[in-house]
This record gives sequence, C-alpha cells and structure tokens, in this order.
Amino acid sequence: MNDSLNGKNSGKLRVKKNFMIQAWLVLFLSVFFGVSLAAVQLTLSPKIKANKLNETMKNVPGLLPGHYAPDALKISRRFLTAVSGGVKKSYSLFTAMSGKTLVGYVVKASGQGYSDSIDALIGLDASLSRITGVFILSQKETPGLGGKITDPEWRAQFIDKPTDRPLKVVKTGARASNEIDAITGATISSRSLCSIINQAVSDVKGILESNEKSSQQVTGVNENG
Amino acid sequence: MKMDKQPTPLERFINGILPENPVYRQVLGMCPTLAVTNNLKGAMTMAGAVCFVLLCANVITSLIRDLLKPHLRIVVFTLTIATFVTIVDRFLAAYMYQMSKQLGPYVPLIIVNCIIICRCEVCASKQPVITAAADALGQSVGYAMALASIAFVREIMGTGMLFGFRVLPAVWPDWVIMILPPGAFLTLGLLMGLVNFVIMRLSSTNDKHAGGTA
Repeated sequence: MNDSLNGKNSGKLRVKKNFMIQAWLVLFLSVFFGVSLAAVQLTLSPKIKANKLNETMKNVPGLLPGHYAPDALKISRRFLTAVSGGVKKSYSLFTAMSGKTLVGYVVKASGQGYSDSIDALIGLDASLSRITGVFILSQKETPGLGGKITDPEWRAQFIDKPTDRPLKVVKTGARASNEIDAITGATISSRSLCSIINQAVSDVKGILESNEKSSQQVTGVNENG
Repeated sequence: MKMDKQPTPLERFINGILPENPVYRQVLGMCPTLAVTNNLKGAMTMAGAVCFVLLCANVITSLIRDLLKPHLRIVVFTLTIATFVTIVDRFLAAYMYQMSKQLGPYVPLIIVNCIIICRCEVCASKQPVITAAADALGQSVGYAMALASIAFVREIMGTGMLFGFRVLPAVWPDWVIMILPPGAFLTLGLLMGLVNFVIMRLSSTNDKHAGGTA
C-alpha cells in the first residue's frame, strides 16, 4: 500500500498478512464450538435414541396384521445384517408374539431418498408372504411433494401387497398386485421408498428363511422367534 | 468505524417489534415464515428457536466485536449461528421429539436465516452487549408476533382450531388451502399490506400533530 515502508515494517506486515494469523479467531472459534457441540451431542444423544426407539415401538403394533392392544403383544428386537453386491445393510427386526403364536415381523430399514435418507418401518405377516403396513419414521423429502410419503392414505397402498415380486412404481394408476401409484410430482421419492422396501423385504426374507432351514437341520425346531 | 449515532438499547428493542419488524418491514427470513406457520404450536416453537439463536449469536458477536476482521466477519457469524442452531436442533430432538419431526429441515435452516446474520452485521458487531441483547429480544418478539399472526389466520381458517383445540363450530368448512403453501402466501401478503397500511396511517397522523414522537 505504502512505498515508504522500511524493511522492519514490511516484515511485520507480512506476518500480519499471513492467512493463518488473520484467521486465528475463526480457528479458535471452530475448535471451541466443535468441542461444545461434541459435548451437547454426547449428553443428548442417548435421549434422542430413546425417543426414536420409543416411537418405533409405539408404531410396531399398528403395522401388524389383525388388531392387537399394544400390551397384548410381546415385541422383541434383534439386528440383522445382509450383504448384497458387496454392500452391507443392517436392519432392526421386531418380532411380535401374542402368547406363543407368531403374529408378524416389523423391519426397520433405511435408504437414500430424494434429498436425505428415509427411515421406514415395514410390517410383514408371520409367513413373510404379505406386507401388512408401512410407516415412515423420518424423512426430509421436499415438503408438500415427496413429503407426502408419510400420508396415511398413500401408505395404505402397501397393505396386503404380496412379497413374492418386487414392488413397482407406476404413474398411470396401479393395476397389477405389485404396482404402487407414484405421488404426483414426487416419482423419485416414491421409487426410493419402494426400493427401500423391496431391498429390506428380500434381505429379511432371505435371512429368516435360511435361518429357519439351518435351525431345522440342527435342532429340528421350527419356531425361531 | 464509529457511526455518527447508534440507537440505544431501548430504541433497538422497540424498533424490532414494529418499525423494523423482521417479517413485515424488513421482509427477512421468509422461508420459515411461509413454511412452518400452518399451526400456532409449530410457529411458536420456531420463534423460540430463532429467539435463542439470535440472542446467543448477538451476544457472542458483540463480545468479540473488537477482534473481528472485516473480511472474516461473515465466517465468524455463520460459525456462531451454526453452533447454536445445532444445539437447538439436538435439544428439540431430545425433549420435543414430535415437534422436531414436524419442523423437520426448517430448524437446521435457521443457519441461513437472514434475520440473524443481519442483526449480527447491523447491530451486534458494532454495539455493546446490552444493546445487542436488547436488539435480539426486540427482533425476536417482532418475529414471534409476525409468525403468530400468520399462523393464527392459517390455523383457524384451515382447520378451525387454535393450538390444536377446536374453536370454530363444526359447521365451519375447513379451508384446506390455508394450511397448504398457497395459504401462506395469501396470508403473508394480506397481513403485510395491512401492517404497512396501518404504519403509514399512524406516521401521517403523527406528522399532522407536529412534534409527535413517531
């Protein structure tokens, strides 16, 4: 800026102009805020996890075939991992028993939606042959368009769909038993949810059926809830 | 850097409520204003979240105002705002889970809410902490009132309810459009027109009685 600066001053100026030195406040605040956020996350995350699990548990009975009072069912949770095409996917599987009879399963699955990941609960009957309900736990799709995947009327389409064929999204009115009507203006969100469901159903079916076979071979016991 | 004369804390507080109302006069923060005002409960939670973030960001910015480099100030503002928004977001998810699901992406979006960065720039980076805090409170009250007025009209017309309780008789045909996005634009436009009309009327009567305290 000024030609008449002497050597000492220009040295000082260089230090002053150094980006790292100019940005000391930014760097300091980043570290400070980062540490505080980590502390907040550590304190609150158990509570948030418990909220999520609570909500899942609350919605499990409504996704099962038949109508059960929430406390008439015994719901147990376990974790499954499926590997397909080198990609590992994990699911929470909720098994619902009424007394000694198996009522059905609810699978918690997540996958990529249009804008962020979608977490969904998928109800399956005891023989794994029909979908008995779908519930969206969390999504960040476009409000008013993709966000409609949470609409109860739209979700009702999934009830009683057979699981032998993958579900397909159509735009012109669903006719075949495995077809789902797309949400107007949100075909990608509809497709994403369907592919999450397809993947989860086929993975869980695969695991449970192979488990059943192996447990029959080993112990001869048919029922492995 | 000294401006000729900066407003006092009280002036800042009062300005935020009506003369410089963030929604009706400055037309800032339109995204949450339009998106979360289809019921009063959501709107009030959003206003509370914005109030917390604005207050904290203004206080911190004001405390470090002498250390700010002009070309790095926006980075510092954004960093501060983002931190407090994340805290609010986590807090809502922990203690108001249903509400946090209902507000969805609009809580994280407070980070890019112009009201807050505007107050940091206009007031907090130039004035002492008390003024900055008064400014934040005034703007928050103004914002809350604006959201409440829009949400009041939309919720009562769209669902016949207020805060989730039925207030209109069941014969009221719920105008669903009011809780959908078009209702937000209609309500905001009409209310903004009304508020500005009233303010113009007030200022012109004040001018007639010369010496009025505007």
